[in-house]
Amino acid sequence: MTQAIKENPAVSNLRDFYRHFDNAALRDALRRMYLIRRFEEGAEEAYTRGLIHGTMHLSIGQEASAVGSCMDLRKTDYITSTHRGHGHCIAKGADPKLMFAEFFGKEEGYCRGRGGSMHIADVESGNLGANGIVGGGLPIAVGAALAIRKQKRDDVAVCFFGDGASNEGAFHEALNMAAIWKLPVLFICENNKYGMSVSTERSMAVKHVADRAPAYNMPGEIVDGNRIEDVSEAVMRATARARNGDGPSLIETKTYRIRGHSKSDRNRYRTKEEIEEWKARDPIGHFEANLEAFGILRKDEAEAIRTAAEAEIASGVEFAKGGTDPSPADLTRDVYTKGAA
Amino acid sequence: MSVRELSYAEAVREALAQAMEADERVFLMGEDIGVYGGAFQVTGDLVHRFGEDRVMDTPIAELGAAGVAVGAALAGSRPVFEFQFSDFATLAMEQIVNQAAKIRFMLGGKVSVPLVMRFPAGSGTGAAAQHSQSLDAWFAHVPGLKVVQPATPHDAKGLLLSAIDDPDPVMVFEHKLLYKMKGEVPEEAYRVPIGKALIRREGRHVTIVATAIMVHRALEAAEILSGEGIDVEVIDLRTLRPLDTQTIIESVKKTTRLACVYEGVKTLGIGAEISAMIAESEAFDYLDAPILRLGGAEAPIPYNPVLEKAAVPQTDGIIASVRRLVTGRI
Ligand SMILES: Cc1ncc(C[n+]2csc(CCOP(=O)(O)OP(=O)(O)O)c2C)c(N)n1
Ligand SMILES: [Mg+2]
Repeated sequence: MTQAIKENPAVSNLRDFYRHFDNAALRDALRRMYLIRRFEEGAEEAYTRGLIHGTMHLSIGQEASAVGSCMDLRKTDYITSTHRGHGHCIAKGADPKLMFAEFFGKEEGYCRGRGGSMHIADVESGNLGANGIVGGGLPIAVGAALAIRKQKRDDVAVCFFGDGASNEGAFHEALNMAAIWKLPVLFICENNKYGMSVSTERSMAVKHVADRAPAYNMPGEIVDGNRIEDVSEAVMRATARARNGDGPSLIETKTYRIRGHSKSDRNRYRTKEEIEEWKARDPIGHFEANLEAFGILRKDEAEAIRTAAEAEIASGVEFAKGGTDPSPADLTRDVYTKGAA
Repeated sequence: MSVRELSYAEAVREALAQAMEADERVFLMGEDIGVYGGAFQVTGDLVHRFGEDRVMDTPIAELGAAGVAVGAALAGSRPVFEFQFSDFATLAMEQIVNQAAKIRFMLGGKVSVPLVMRFPAGSGTGAAAQHSQSLDAWFAHVPGLKVVQPATPHDAKGLLLSAIDDPDPVMVFEHKLLYKMKGEVPEEAYRVPIGKALIRREGRHVTIVATAIMVHRALEAAEILSGEGIDVEVIDLRTLRPLDTQTIIESVKKTTRLACVYEGVKTLGIGAEISAMIAESEAFDYLDAPILRLGGAEAPIPYNPVLEKAAVPQTDGIIASVRRLVTGRI
C-alpha cells in the first residue's frame, strides 16, 4: 500500500530524492537521524552526570545535513569530519556503542580511549577522523582525493567543515588546490550561523560561504540544511560530477545547532527567540512528516524506529560502562607504527 | 593600596584592564574574547568596559590574525593577542617565528615589535591531543622572543604588565588548571620583572626547578618530603627566555642536587637546557648526584583520564624520584 502511493502518478511532484531511494533506504535515513539525536542526548546526559569528561560539541538540529550527505556514499568514499562530528560518524556507518566506549575512554572505543569525542572516527567505514583543529580536515580531504585519483578509483572525498572554518587560510588553500587539480572532493560547509560566539555577519565579508566558490572556479550551491531532500540531491549532483572527473564542488547547508557551542557556552551571543525559531524547523520532524504523507512510513513504524533507537543507545551506554580501561604501561603505544620512541 | 584574593584569570583580566586604562595604544585581539568572555573567561566583561574596538573578536584565522597583531605592533599599537588554546599557535608559527621574532633584527634595529601573546596551555581537562599541549619550549628556542610562564595569580598580573611594557614580543604561557586558583594580588599596577626566577621554598638537600603548575606539585612534594627529613628548595622559573641562570647556579651550589620538573615533553625540553647550563657552569663540580628530569611522556596527551594523568608529572612521582635522588632509596 505504501509503495502504491509513492508510485501513484497523482503525486507527480514527488521529488527525485523520494524516487531515487527505495522505501527501505528512506526509512533507514530516518532511523539514522534518530540514532544521532538519541546518541547525542545520551552523551549529553552521561556528561552531565560526570560519566564522561572533557568537552563535547553536539550537532542536535543538524542531523539532516550529516545523513543527507552520507546516504548515497559508498563505504570506500572518505569523509573528513569536525569537532562537531558525532552525526557524520553515525551517518557514515559507525556503531554507537563503540562511540560510547570511546567517550568512556575504553580500549573497545573507536580510538581505544585515546581520542574521545573530538577525535571520534570509524576508519573502517571511510571516516578519516573528526578534528580538534578548525579547518584541519580541509587539506586532508584534498589529499585523500589526490590518492583516490592516483589509484584510479572513482571514489570521492567528502569534507565537512563549519562556517567559521571557512575563514581559515586552510580553507582557501584547499579549495584552490582541489580546483586546479580537478580532484574528486565535496566541500560541505555546515553553516549554523556561528563559529562559537561569532556570527557569520561579523566574521565574513560575503553573505554566504558559497559566495566564495567562484573564486576557485567551482560550483557553490546553497541548500536548506534542515531538509534532507535538499541536502541529498545537491550531494548526489556533486558526487556525480566528482566521480566523472569534473572536479570539486562546494555545498553550503544552512542549518543551526540547537545546543550551545560546547558544554561551557552561556549563549550570550544569540537570543532565545532565534533558538526557538530553529527548533520549530526540526529536520527529523520534517522528514518523518513527509515520509508519512507520502505513504512511505506508518505512524506505528515511526514509533518503532524511535523505540529501537532508544534501546540501541541505552545498550550502547551499558556496553561502554563495562569496557576495559587502558593501561598506563601502554602510554606510548601507537605514537609510531612500530615500537616505541 | 590593598591586597585581595583574586583568581589567576581575574588577575590576568585586571592586568589587561589596567594596561588599557593607562595606555590607549593597548588593545586586545582573539577568538571569542568579546561577548563570550573568552574560552576560559579571562577577558570576561572587558568588552563591555572598553568596547569592541579595543576587545576585538577575530574570525577563526590564527595565522592572519597573529600577523595583523604583528603589523599593528610594528606601526605603533600595543596588541595583546589571545590564542584560544596554545595548540592553535601552531597555525600562526610563521608570523610569530619568522616575522615577530626577527623583524627588529632583520631591519638593523630600526623598529621593534611590542607584541604580547597569551597562550592557555597544558593538560588535565580531558581535551585530548590537540588541546592539551605544552609548547613553551618551542618558543623559548627562538631568539627574538621572550617567554614567561607565571605560576600564581600575583605573577600572572605582574608578568603580564611587564610584558605589555616590553618593547619586544613576549609570549605568556598560562596553565589552564591555574585559572581558578586564588592568591593574593595587590590592587595597584605592579610589575614582576621578566628574566627573574623566584625561590618559592628554601632548602638544603636538593633544588627543584619547576614551571607553571609543576611549581605547585613541587611545593606539595617538598612539604611531604620535609616530613622525611629531605629539605627541598623549589625554584619557580617564571621566565624561560631569557633564563635566570644565576639563581639556579647558586641554588645548586648550595644543595648539590638538581631536579627539573615541567609538563612539556621531556626530551629536548626546558629541562635539557637547564641541565646542560648547569653542566657547563661552576655548579657542575658541586653536584653529588646525576641531574634528574621529570617531564611529559614521549606521546601526545591521551583522552582517557588515567592515561592523561600518567602522561605528565604528578606529585607522587615527583616525591618518589626526588627521594631516590637524595637518598638513593626507592
Ligand atoms: C584552529 C582552531 N582555532 C580555534 C579553535 C576553537 N574552536 C573550536 S570549534 C570553534 C568554532 C568553529 O566554528 P565552525 O567552523 O562554524 O563550526 P561549528 O562549531 O559552528 O560547528 C572554535 C573557535 C579550534 N579548535 N581550532
Ligand atoms: Mg558554525
